[in-house]
Amino acid sequence: MTATSDAATDRDEQRPEIGRARLRREDARALTGRTRWTDDMTLPGMVHLSVLRSPVAHATITTLDTAPAARAPGVVGVWTGEDLPEQGAMPTAWTVSEDMKTPPYFPLSVGAVKHVGDIVAVVAAISKEAAEDALELIDVDYDELPVVVDPLAAKQEGSPLVHPDLGTNVCATWGLDSVSLGTGGDAAAAIREAESDPDQVVVRRTLRQNRITPAYIEPRSIVVDPTAEQVTMWSATQVPHIVRILMAMSQPIEEHELRVVAPDVGGGFGGKLQFTREEALVLLIARRLRVPCKYTETRSESMQSSHHARDQVQELTLAAKRDGTITALDVDLTADMGAYLGILTAGIPLLGGFMFTGIYRIPAYTFHCTDVFTNKTMTDAYRGAGKPEATFGIERMMDELAVELDLDPIEVRRRNWITPDEFPYATAAGLTYDSGNYDQATDKALEMFGYDELRAEQRRRREARDPVQLGIGVCTFVELSGLAPSRVLGGLNYGSGGWEHSSIRMLPTGKVEVVAGTTSHGQGHATAFSQIVADELGVPFDDIVLISGDTASSHKGMDTYGSRSLVVGGMAIVGAARKVVEKARPIAAHLLEASTDDLEFVGGRFSVRGTASGVTIQEVMLSTWLAHDLPEGLEPNLDADFTFDPENFSYPTGTHLAAVEVDTQTGRVTVRDYVCVQDVGVLVNPMIVDGQVHGGLTQGIAQALYEEIQYSQEGQLTSGTLADYLVPAAPDVLRYRTGTTVTEATTNTLGVKAVGETGATAAPPAIVNAVLDALRPLGVTDITMPCTPVKVWTAIHEASARTTEGAVTA
Amino acid sequence: MARITVDVDGMSYTHDVEPRTLLVHHLRETLGKTGTVVGCDTSNCGACTVLVDGESIKSCSVLAVQADGAEIETVEGLAAADGTMHPVQQAFHEHHGLQCGYCTPGMLMRSVCFVRENPDPSEDEVREGLKGNMCRCTGYQGIVSAVMAYSQAAGEQEAGR
Repeated sequence: MTATSDAATDRDEQRPEIGRARLRREDARALTGRTRWTDDMTLPGMVHLSVLRSPVAHATITTLDTAPAARAPGVVGVWTGEDLPEQGAMPTAWTVSEDMKTPPYFPLSVGAVKHVGDIVAVVAAISKEAAEDALELIDVDYDELPVVVDPLAAKQEGSPLVHPDLGTNVCATWGLDSVSLGTGGDAAAAIREAESDPDQVVVRRTLRQNRITPAYIEPRSIVVDPTAEQVTMWSATQVPHIVRILMAMSQPIEEHELRVVAPDVGGGFGGKLQFTREEALVLLIARRLRVPCKYTETRSESMQSSHHARDQVQELTLAAKRDGTITALDVDLTADMGAYLGILTAGIPLLGGFMFTGIYRIPAYTFHCTDVFTNKTMTDAYRGAGKPEATFGIERMMDELAVELDLDPIEVRRRNWITPDEFPYATAAGLTYDSGNYDQATDKALEMFGYDELRAEQRRRREARDPVQLGIGVCTFVELSGLAPSRVLGGLNYGSGGWEHSSIRMLPTGKVEVVAGTTSHGQGHATAFSQIVADELGVPFDDIVLISGDTASSHKGMDTYGSRSLVVGGMAIVGAARKVVEKARPIAAHLLEASTDDLEFVGGRFSVRGTASGVTIQEVMLSTWLAHDLPEGLEPNLDADFTFDPENFSYPTGTHLAAVEVDTQTGRVTVRDYVCVQDVGVLVNPMIVDGQVHGGLTQGIAQALYEEIQYSQEGQLTSGTLADYLVPAAPDVLRYRTGTTVTEATTNTLGVKAVGETGATAAPPAIVNAVLDALRPLGVTDITMPCTPVKVWTAIHEASARTTEGAVTA
Repeated sequence: MARITVDVDGMSYTHDVEPRTLLVHHLRETLGKTGTVVGCDTSNCGACTVLVDGESIKSCSVLAVQADGAEIETVEGLAAADGTMHPVQQAFHEHHGLQCGYCTPGMLMRSVCFVRENPDPSEDEVREGLKGNMCRCTGYQGIVSAVMAYSQAAGEQEAGR
């Protein structure tokens, strides 16, 4: 049974803060320039590091002479991989299969380079300028080797090998199928049957996911102070706890010797969830020099060396009956790892493996994935991590099926999606969706969009052969968010738990410190988490402060990625708050000379049922701190720790509709309207939710229309700055129209789902479906992202040439 | 080395600088004015935007020596001495015009200059006016709303004078 939005409203009296669009308390510092980014830090005696990066994609290093650089003015030291015998191999947390190939990957490369931007040497100097000047004096000769950049080519016999010692470019293969899982039928057999059945259709397509990069605006920066008993590292990271653990597991430092702090962090989107070789290098050099060291990447370095994402070839086969009912789905995926493995690299495509079935009843499913190495920067998580890729695959295929059967793309979806009475629903991919109402969200979106009117306009413009054609695109999606449960992650060899931790400490004056294991880089944790605690403890919002992002004060946590801060971290906070209330209850009863059974706790106050007698939790706190009159055996103070490990993922859903105008004479695509109706469960702060949706949509639209990391055949990065990698600016996007439906999550007591990744997940297929919808009458049947003017123009002209040839030969 | 004097947020600073020093590095590293930040090395992102003699410029595209004698305004000088936020700051706060806040100093300074040049802009004009400043978090919707609201507030203040 799925709760409706009315049920959510009923709870509001009990929860005055949840659902309130509170302005963010984080804003004031950022608005006045009083933030502290890592690069803002200067410590006494600090030296600056710069690194030498490979200008070639694949080579053996034959000469590497650092002596002239070491003698340059202001230089404190220069090191190559051979000069740093203590450096440990960078760890890969996620080993997806027992025979997965893990190539050697060190903070400083030893003897060879594998992609443009690979690190060859590091210089320490009294200023950044002096360090950069010295880089130019390092004498390197490269013996260039054959290069492979295309993942399909990399799989072929005889392809140049990125790591010759591994004997193959195949990193790992991984699959799942509904027969082995016991969740459905045999997809291969169903597809064979469909091929010979006139009442069924089989649709096959090969789709590509363009390589893109998170492109956070704050470049990564690291400062390490080795001078105190505990070495302190400040880093522009999403994952201070994970960095600390992986540093201790891979480099010459013990966990208790290291404190990692994520101060203000300027964007992440997955781009800052890596444990980076630059972090390891700054630590290694700082410990050698025994002085604080700083490294800040330039934007060009960021484009070369912070991880990229997506970059997949998807071979999809969908079988369906003529009425549109899907009978089977087969997915064969080739995923480009780049040259090395980051902490999650090999596993990102697996996450997609669970989501290709989307919100549809698909009775038979197989997924097979091949992870391959190429001479490119490694890929890893980016907003959605595997799920946007999967959503693109299935949502493009739903449109292809609609075309094949001459059905409206909404209708073909409607005939297949899971209905509200079917929840909890076990998918063929082995997940259990807890709640959702796809009709409700879609109906609302269609109404907001004016779907029928737009279709009528589209017909008119087609008939008039308008040079600017209108296209309508749809995506009905479900996300797998809130990375946890540990038990499930264990089954995937994830290499980490998925729980989240919180401590809540009441202070003697009744104020509250909330310690969270997640860290914020713009998501408004301090505001949203305080709203949650205000409702749980019944204390004023302004009496609460959030402490996070520092392993010294927030000692346990799994950090922020995969939209887990609220659905996992938020629930840890709820659990800690409830423990505080339970700890206060017997003390309140003692103070009120009542039995705990007679007490109720409402709005921050314990009162004896049916009487005016009561005491606030803040008064209870003061009394426990004084500890003069505590019940026998009770511990003073009100604080509690709680670790939450959910029983399931979180499944936000929604319907996105895009209207695009395609100028057939120039190839330019303009998004005219974009409507999305999201179901992210209960909204804690609708303003923050909207902001997350807008940002995600913009990144998703950018993947569809603007952004692509490009390499030449020689492995040269040809989109290595923000001048040629097109991050959209304000005129490139539009005002989005958003709506909400609420089906509460049943897997957490707040009823919340996740929101951070939904926009980036749903927008690419919505936009590409719209572009193709505009162009199909011209004979265009596919286009790869990004749909740039030149690509659209070329597709139109190639289709037109095909039609002409066809006419001639006929 | 060249001796330069700049007035930053109402304080005068005289220093010897290397001729190659960019204004943004002079502000951040020599003067400790870290409110202005660096996002790219191609003058695309606009995070380092400040006002030089009233004009919004990307401080990574100007040498410090070129700013000799100039009056520079940064995000750190926007709020009143008593801490009261400038109307542009208030508008960004009320319209959720920031998330991580890294692009915010540049956005605010560009917005101040833009609204001075175009006191009654349309939404499209606001978007065009901000095209040199990148935000990766907000999708611009909150920022555009903030600048529209700020222009209205600034216009009303002007009319009330």
